[in-house]
Amino acid sequence: MSTYRVLQAGPSRSFPEPSPFLSAATPHGAGIVMIGERCGEAYCSLEKRAGFAFIALELGEECLGVHTGEALATEPSNVVGFARFRLGNAQPTKLIELVRQPNTTPSALAAAKAVFEATDLVTAVCNDFPGRIVNRLIRPFYNSLLRRLDEGLASAQDLDKTLCLGLGYPQGPLALLERTGLEHHYDVTAELHAALAQEAYAPARRAQVARQRASTQPRSSP
Amino acid sequence: MNDIRTVGVVGAGTMGAGIAIVAARAGFKTRVYDSRPDALSSARRQTESFLRRSVERGKLAADKLPGILASWIDTSQLEDLGDCDIVIEAVFEDLKVKQDLFSRLNEACPAMTLFASNTSTISITEIAGGSGRPDRFVGMHFCLPAQLMKLVEMSAGLNTSEDMFRRAWAFCESLGQQPVRTQDTPGFILNYFLIPYNNDAIRLVEQGVAEAEEIDKAIKAALGYPMGPLQLLDLIGLDTQRLLCEAMYGLTYEPRAACPALVKRMIAAGRLGKKAGRGFYSYDDSKLFGA
Ligand SMILES: NC(=O)c1ccc[n+]([C@@H]2O[C@H](COP(=O)([O-])OP(=O)(O)OC[C@H]3O[C@@H](n4cnc5c(N)ncnc54)[C@H](O)[C@@H]3O)[C@@H](O)[C@H]2O)c1
Repeated sequence: MSTYRVLQAGPSRSFPEPSPFLSAATPHGAGIVMIGERCGEAYCSLEKRAGFAFIALELGEECLGVHTGEALATEPSNVVGFARFRLGNAQPTKLIELVRQPNTTPSALAAAKAVFEATDLVTAVCNDFPGRIVNRLIRPFYNSLLRRLDEGLASAQDLDKTLCLGLGYPQGPLALLERTGLEHHYDVTAELHAALAQEAYAPARRAQVARQRASTQPRSSP
Repeated sequence: MNDIRTVGVVGAGTMGAGIAIVAARAGFKTRVYDSRPDALSSARRQTESFLRRSVERGKLAADKLPGILASWIDTSQLEDLGDCDIVIEAVFEDLKVKQDLFSRLNEACPAMTLFASNTSTISITEIAGGSGRPDRFVGMHFCLPAQLMKLVEMSAGLNTSEDMFRRAWAFCESLGQQPVRTQDTPGFILNYFLIPYNNDAIRLVEQGVAEAEEIDKAIKAALGYPMGPLQLLDLIGLDTQRLLCEAMYGLTYEPRAACPALVKRMIAAGRLGKKAGRGFYSYDDSKLFGA
């Protein structure tokens, strides 16, 4: 497995706190893991990008191509994107979504995957699309749950109970959204709606309300 | 308030066999009716082996077994359901078949007998409309396998009386099941959300967002769901997913419920899921490859 160094530029949503993954980094590691909300800029100002086993760039909701450029690039690249999945205010999960581009070399992808998996993280590889895997898949589901709650399909408790009993979900999605901040669902799904122009991503009424309240009364709780 | 003693189950297929186990296990006299004798004998075998395993696993007292098996009675005569306090229907998912059946049951059963349908996608109000007793008609949607899954989605049709709904609800609780109240709208709760969500996952594969096993891995790790959507689809069967999509889309016209083109191609290629040895994954003696 290759070694890696960590470069941080601004607060990181994936690694907000010390973690085994950050501790295992070495100053002259063969790969670079760039974290923090400004790591895209830091990547652009790197003096040298070639020659590393891989460069892994932490992403927000944006595509990796925003940082690397695309321009029908066909030359091999050692860059991958990543984000640790985290719902709203919840702690980050074990999941690292690892983003490759058409020109990412298999060796860079494999090296990045190996270093993330060497600690307790799980990786899932995807191509460079808005929302990657999890947000892309669950946001329409969450919107339709919120909409059908409004329409009186069943109570919130019964909707959650049905999904937990019927599908073995460890917790009800509505309770989970409430606990982790429904306004964050608004933010993510609004960005995906803009990027994909599909109605299923349009923020549900309840999420709009939660965002408006959070923006106007930041400290009030329901 | 549960006055129900004798339960009729119509249709001894996948669902009916499970529902009959639930009723007999809960101590009800259970009459199982199917027009196919082989369905009845297979349901009987399934019931015996399931209950024996329950005894072996300590989930059922051994001395209860003979009584339960004696109270499970099969019949190929619809008239034998004449002494049932409730009849739960689990025949083919076809409005006409169900309505014909209920109009015959309406002749065979006394006025106080409650009727329930286990339909997944047909409107309870519509089936009840042909039953001759729409006020004494409820939806009771069990999950597969009914003998293991506690959830029952219960819905009232437009003309169901609230008293009769409560009577059915109390009966459901006395089965040891967990009822949830929902509206008589397509797919109730579970299928309404699950069918489009599964389609969305198929579309991610179709559009090259990620491979099936990466999607499943991501969902399980991020949300703690016991199964990824594509793994689940392999169990449901791609042919069944297509039928579910056609029923749901035909009722709601919601784009996410429409059957993805990949499903049709997979069916054409014989990749129906686990039962065919190949779906999104390949199976060899139920061993999962590529996961
Ligand atoms: N399979 C599932 O996962 C599932 C889950 C929940 C609800 N349901 C619903 O349960 C119902 C049954 O589904 P299934 O999967 O058990 O089907 P199935 O094909 O396994 O069984 C249907 C049985 O009904 C019998 N039958 C058909 N018409 C009859 C009639 N007129 N009189 C007597 N018997 C008749 C058939 O011989 C067959 O044995 C459907 O409405 C379906 O939508 C299915």
